[in-house]
Amino acid sequence: MHNLQDRFHPGSAQEHFDPMSHVVPIRMYVTIWAALMIFTGLTVFAATVELHVFNIVLALLIATIKGTLVALFFMHLRYSTKLTMVTVIAAIFFLFILFGLSMTDYLTRAWLTNTIH
Amino acid sequence: MATAVQSVERENYLNSNYGIKSWLLTSDHKRIAMLYLISITAMFWIGGFFAMLIRLELLTPAGDLVSSDTYNKLFTMHGIIMVFFFLIPSVPAVIGNFVIPLMIGAKDLAFPRINLLSWYIYMAGAITAIVAMVTGGVDTGWTFYTPFSTTYSNTHVIGAAIGIFIAGFSSIFTGLNFIVTIHRMRAPGMTWRRLPLFCWSNYAAALIMVLGTPVVAITLLLVALERAFNIGVFNPQLGGDPLLFQHLFWFYSHPAVYIMILPGMGVISEIIACFSRKRVFGYEFVALASIAIAVLGFLVWAHHMFVAGISVYAALVFSLLSYLVAIPSAVKVFNWTATLYKGSIRYETPMLYAFGFIGLFTVGGLTGVFLASLGIDVHVTDTYFVVAHFHYVMVGGMVMAYMAGLHFWWPKISGRMYPEAWAKLSALLVFVGFNTTFFPQFILGYMGSPRRYHAYPPEFQVLNVLSTAGASILAVGYVLPMIYFLWSLRYGELAPPNPWNAVGLEWMTPSPPPTHNFDETPIVTWEAYDYEHQPQEEVSVGH
Ligand code: HEM
Ligand SMILES: [Cu+2]
Repeated sequence: MHNLQDRFHPGSAQEHFDPMSHVVPIRMYVTIWAALMIFTGLTVFAATVELHVFNIVLALLIATIKGTLVALFFMHLRYSTKLTMVTVIAAIFFLFILFGLSMTDYLTRAWLTNTIH
Repeated sequence: MATAVQSVERENYLNSNYGIKSWLLTSDHKRIAMLYLISITAMFWIGGFFAMLIRLELLTPAGDLVSSDTYNKLFTMHGIIMVFFFLIPSVPAVIGNFVIPLMIGAKDLAFPRINLLSWYIYMAGAITAIVAMVTGGVDTGWTFYTPFSTTYSNTHVIGAAIGIFIAGFSSIFTGLNFIVTIHRMRAPGMTWRRLPLFCWSNYAAALIMVLGTPVVAITLLLVALERAFNIGVFNPQLGGDPLLFQHLFWFYSHPAVYIMILPGMGVISEIIACFSRKRVFGYEFVALASIAIAVLGFLVWAHHMFVAGISVYAALVFSLLSYLVAIPSAVKVFNWTATLYKGSIRYETPMLYAFGFIGLFTVGGLTGVFLASLGIDVHVTDTYFVVAHFHYVMVGGMVMAYMAGLHFWWPKISGRMYPEAWAKLSALLVFVGFNTTFFPQFILGYMGSPRRYHAYPPEFQVLNVLSTAGASILAVGYVLPMIYFLWSLRYGELAPPNPWNAVGLEWMTPSPPPTHNFDETPIVTWEAYDYEHQPQEEVSVGH
């Protein structure tokens, strides 16, 4: 009588959602996999070109695109509820806080020493 | 008496089945809370044992009891155990686990098996850390600062770091469980605006657990990798930056201090309302202050790095942002005080602890604001002033709240009453012992006594002796409850369903509650803390 369903508040039933119900064609997985492979090749190639600071920028950019593809398609984010999206966006937002506020240190560390010299 | 007899005889979560297996394989949130209670209590005594050795060493100015190396290990292991294995799980994993489903009228947490898994992961982490400690110990401080931790220390850094890494996942699971439970499993009518503040504050802490813990886990993993393979993230010779470690570590560990205080604040809101018989003043503000603390807590971390060599401009930004956190913290303190105003106050043990919390947290929080101002911090950083600050918030705040909560919900948890007179005595001893231990450390720090040394100049002895004396009073204050709680399990008076005449769903079910918490799903039609309108009799009968 106390099954899993009735532990959930009946009022939230309209949000009911079954991630397994969405069938994604195999072709899509293969396409994404191919794209990931191409990007990997691109990363390797980009590492052989001298771009100074932009080497790392480019590598991170490619990695971000790959990560996004994995999250959207392999992890089915594209087919998820808004709440799941909000959760992911919140995580990215906090990552930006980490990067952004750390940059207040890294980008300005040299300022004072420069003016003294 | 009639209710009492009824509550022993009917089936409850404690007597529904017996045997080790029924506990180790349980998915009942109440039993898992008890597993956590036993484990973190053990950790508390281990951590406390290290603290006693530290205080004994500091009884005399000379470093005579232990060598400086051993002393380094003592304060490191004290810190690691108390922070990661006691304080972070304390209120959430024990009290939150037990009462959140009851408070919202649910039969369990959203993911009961993940809840059990979180306890096993906690145990795996704790055992890993303890093995690292008994096979040689760690001496980096609980903060694992590089380059000492990556390059110079030759103690068991990797073992301890991995232990914390593992335990982090248990914290993530608990947080995840709370978030989903509070979103999805509230009883009909339990709207967000009717949610008890204990749930709000645990929800806020859960957000930090989920968002922050992965960062510290990865950071400690990087330390382990750097130590083992010299990968160069923190090593300037290989293009790394040792301060990057501090950024990453404090990005989690400052918010983590709010993991260590928010759930305690929730306990205090429940108790203040109940024992002054009033609705919490400005309920919405107290609820939203929890969320504000959780979010703002992520913007202040570099106030731990003011003298570490970060840019002064960054220091300026972080100093200003740190002041902001004081606002929601102050909202809470003012609103609790306003709740007391014209309330019919009863001085029972949970309330005594709650009073202790408010006073001590205020001292701790305000000295935090001192430390957040650059001019003062440069003077007192790495002194006993900082040690006193964080013990006022962590021990004076969170441990007080944990004790308050244990006493408040003990009748519900165990079905027995504890001896009130002894409990009042212990609350008094804890308060007096605590202040005697830590207030002198503010003065020591202000006079310039640095932290983390096993010897000190003779002129600091009087204050150190005071501190050690206070610690022994404090220890008695903690041993007493341990004894009478155990005693009460057998000899305590049987607890009625609602010994405090409190409102809140957890008091409308028998003590101890049946395995499925409620015979019928409750339907909520009243506000939280409806003490002024609800006729008391009606509230306490329930069934
Ligand atoms: C009003 C809010 C608070 C402010 C503005 C604040 C500010 C600070 C600052 C600036 C420091 C660094 C001092 C230094 O190392 O020179 C510090 C240290 C510390 N604070 Fe707070 N604090 C606050 C609340 C809390 C709370 C609630 C807790 C825990 C429950 C806490 C725990 C700690 C700990 C553990 C340290 C020392 C870490 C270490 O170096 O070992 N603080 N605080
Ligand atoms: Cu901090």
